This record gives sequence, C-alpha cells and structure tokens, in this order.
Amino acid sequence: MNSSPYRHRMLPWLLVLPQLAITLVFFIWPASQALWQSVLREDAWGLSQEFVGFENFADLFADPLFLESFRITFVFSFAVAALSMVLSLLLAINADRVVRGNSTYRTLLIWPYAIAPALAGVLWFFMFNPTVGILSWLLKGAGYDWNHHASGTDAMLLVIMAAAWKQISYNFLFFLAGLQAIPKSLIEAAAIDGAGPVRRFWSIILPLLSPTTFFLLVVNVVYAFFDTFGLIHATTEGGPAGATQILVYKVYSDGFVGLDLGGSAAQSVILMTIVIALTVVQFRYVERKVAY
Amino acid sequence: MVENRPILNANSHILLLLGVAVTLLPIWITFVASTHASEELLRAPIPMWPGDQLWQNYAEVLSGGITGAGGVPVGVMMLNSLVMALSIAIGKIAISIIAAYAIVYFRFPFRMGVFWLIFVTLMLPVEVRILPTFKVVADLGMLNSYAGLSIPLIASATATFLFRQFFMTVPKEMVEAARMDGAGPVRFFIDVLLPLSRTNIAALFVILFIYGWNQYLWPLLITTDESYYTVVMGIQRMVSAAEQLPVWNHVMATAMLAMLPPALIVILMQRQFIKGLIETEK
Repeated sequence: MNSSPYRHRMLPWLLVLPQLAITLVFFIWPASQALWQSVLREDAWGLSQEFVGFENFADLFADPLFLESFRITFVFSFAVAALSMVLSLLLAINADRVVRGNSTYRTLLIWPYAIAPALAGVLWFFMFNPTVGILSWLLKGAGYDWNHHASGTDAMLLVIMAAAWKQISYNFLFFLAGLQAIPKSLIEAAAIDGAGPVRRFWSIILPLLSPTTFFLLVVNVVYAFFDTFGLIHATTEGGPAGATQILVYKVYSDGFVGLDLGGSAAQSVILMTIVIALTVVQFRYVERKVAY
Repeated sequence: MVENRPILNANSHILLLLGVAVTLLPIWITFVASTHASEELLRAPIPMWPGDQLWQNYAEVLSGGITGAGGVPVGVMMLNSLVMALSIAIGKIAISIIAAYAIVYFRFPFRMGVFWLIFVTLMLPVEVRILPTFKVVADLGMLNSYAGLSIPLIASATATFLFRQFFMTVPKEMVEAARMDGAGPVRFFIDVLLPLSRTNIAALFVILFIYGWNQYLWPLLITTDESYYTVVMGIQRMVSAAEQLPVWNHVMATAMLAMLPPALIVILMQRQFIKGLIETEK
C-alpha cells in the first residue's frame, strides 16, 4: 500500500482514538451487553438476575407472536423491495430512453430520498386517513371501505406503500446508473439482429443489470428491516392487533414498553445475526462487481 | 437510443410523467393541507388546491407550540434537528478522516485490529442494540443533551472506508515530495490530503446531513425534555396526541418544514449527493 509510511509512536493512536473510543463505548460495549442480557432472566425491577442459557431464545421460537412478527417482517421487506424496485426500474428504463428532459425527470424523482421514513409514513397516513384522506375517499367511491385502524391488511398495505415510495428515488438512481453503464454497442448489435425493445430488455439489459439488482435487493431488505422503525412507530404503532409489528418494532416495544429485558435482548441478538448475514452477503457479492 | 420510434418515446414520457406525479402527489397534498384552515380538513373530500392560510399556519407552528407535542414551537425543534444533523455530519467526517489517515499512512501495532473494530460498527445499527445503548448514555448522564443526541451516532464505518479508499489512490510520490520539503505528518495532512479530499467531504456531508436530520428512534428514546425534541420525531407526537384528532393543517405545515432542509440540500447539491450516495454504498 505505502512503502514509506510515517513512523510515529503516539500520533496514529491519537488519530484513531476518537473513532475507537466511540466505537467501544457506544457500539461494542452495548452489543456485548445485549449478548450477555440475552442469556439472563431478570425480574421487571432489575433486582435479581439468573443465568438461563438459551432459554430466552427457546422461549422466543416457541412464542407464536414472535414467529408471526418474523413472518410479517419478511412479507413486509420483500413486498417493499419488490414494489419499489419494479417501479423504479420501469422509470429508470424510460428515463434512459428519452433524450430530452432526462435530467429534469431525475431531479423530480430523486428528492423523496431526503424525506425521513417517519415523515413518509405520516404523509401516506394522512392520504389514507379514513375520515379526511383523499385516497380513502376515492376508494370509498369505488366501493372499498379503507380503514387501517381496523383492518390489518389495510394497515400492512399502507406501510408497504409508504416505505416503497420513499425508496423509489434511491433505486431509480442506481438503476439509471446501471443502465447507462451498459455498452450501447451491445444493444445496437441486438437491434441489428432484429431484436425489438422488449426482447432486448429481457435478453440483454436485465441480465447485465443483475449485479445492480442484487445489490439493491439487499439494500432494500436492510432498509425495510431496520430503517422503517420510524414509519411504523409514527403511523400504525405495530397495530392493529400486531398486524404491522415488524421485528425492530417488537424489540423496542418489548424492551421499552414491556420491560422484558432478556426477551428483548435475545431478539436484538437475532436481529444482529440477520444484519451480519446481510452485510456479509452484500460485501461478498457487491465488492466483486457492480457496474455503475 | 437505437431506433427512433416516436410512439415509444411518447410512451416513455407519459410513463415518466405518471411516475413523477405519483412521487409528488403526497407532497402536493401535504402542501395543500398546510395552506388551509383546520375546519376545512375535518372530512373528505379535502381541497386539492392551495388555500389562503399559508402564512398564518406556518407562523403559528414556527413560533407557537402545538398541543399534544409538549407545546414546543416547531422553530425550536428545527433548530434542534439542525444542531443534531450538523454535529453528526461534521463529527462523523472529522473523526473518520483522521482515523482513515492513521490507518493508511502509519504503521502501528494492531492497525488491522483497529480497522476491523471500526468495520464491525457497520453491523450494529442502533435499532438492534437499543436498550443497552440507552443504558450507557443514561449512565453517562447524556440524556436530554445535544451530546447525547449526536455523539453515539458519530462513529461511522462507511465514512472511514470511503476516506481509506480515497487515500489509497493518492500517489505515494505526494508523501515523499512532502517529506523532502520537510513537511511532517500533520502538515502533510492539512496542506495536501485535506484539500484533495474536498469533493469527497462535500459528497459525504450531503448524505450524512440527511442521515442526521432524519434520525427518529434515537431522539425518541433519549429526549424526555420537550425542548430537545427534533422535528422528525416531534411530528409523531402531534399525530398521536392522545384523545384528540390531529390538527391536520398544523401537522402538515410541520411536515413541510421538516422535509424542507434535507430536500433543499439534495436539490441544490445534486451532483455531490449522487456521488456520495453511490460511493458510500460501494
């Protein structure tokens, strides 16, 4: 890397010290605490603790509520990823096609990225509000009685739409970059051989776009798993009847509201395992080759 | 474009316009709702065209408090958000650039160990270690303070990586030349590396500012004193104000205000934003 680095004894340590101190105090220490808590059982007042091994985990996997939350998280994450990616791919392909107005469309499409997930939730919550929402009013006109306070399906659809909407900008940018990196000569060659736009999409563009697609899939799933806490908390609060209680929300509500420290810590550990797995997958595949 | 087919082109434009319309619809409705008096937002259908209460609504939320949200003026919340976002963005950039500098340009024991320790933070988002982190911050007496809002979020593996990656592309002749001219490590960092990193810093700043501004869970946990509420979490308090209907025109005016600063940054610094987005995810 560098054949003639500086030689100093103290300086490098001083330079990494702030980063290291914060990492140790606010990341490593709490995470190890979570690990430790997850094998303890404590009463709600924190007066006594006992070591219970993997019992907290066993309890979790025997708990239908937890398994349900797992299922909900998967449905939610993949629905958000699929909806958002399909829409943004469609938009990116068209933005890549048109010559005029390309950058205007881009400007108009990218800035929802700046909106906090919680805010995105509130906006959609308002549009679908059963009494004042414009979209629920339209749906009522069409004969559907939308009510995300009562119907679990409606609440789930609401958070999926809000979460996917916010993510469109991000996916759009990456798909557009991916599309622009595909050599034009390949597409021209296919066109000369008589392949129409649809055929070219399925046989050339989509396969060449697969690294981008895979990368985005991982990023979107991570986003739906963790960043959507605010969206859920600001709108449905996991309800009605737990229909939108994704894992991250459950960790929070079991820990802070339910004060079940061991159970919440065990859930944290499970979540950490999921993030680590996703990060490893992301690095192994993404480092290799993504065509920007 | 391979072939020129006017119909397909028109098709593309229509689809894109439709996409833009869907993307902007929630914003439009929010804006419209923020310009009407609250009586007009009590039942559907609500107006779809801006009303005449714009200045009044915004002035009311900015200076006056909102019932159910602790009565803190939104102006104060915006200020809190700004302090938090700026401290996070600047803090993250500062500590990661010097850490990356140490890792790339110095040989010291446990160099790779330090690097991996920083790397691990990538795998520990706040959401998965909420309770213990909260406890640490509480024990340090940092609840309800700007330090508590920003410092625990300041360590960043992505920023360190980005700078490390960039420093490795800086030709090593630069260090040699600097040394020949008698510049020590601090001098080299300030006079050579820092100016070279300008575009990277700008790109990172945009992304980190948005990240900091949009924090939700963390401020929610550690602020019990209303005067430290940030605007993104404050809005939740307004929507869920117990036992009463949300005052939608005020909520929506606050929502507009809450998304304005990050949106402006994305639009005005679009080039840096795209660069930052694509590079931090690599």
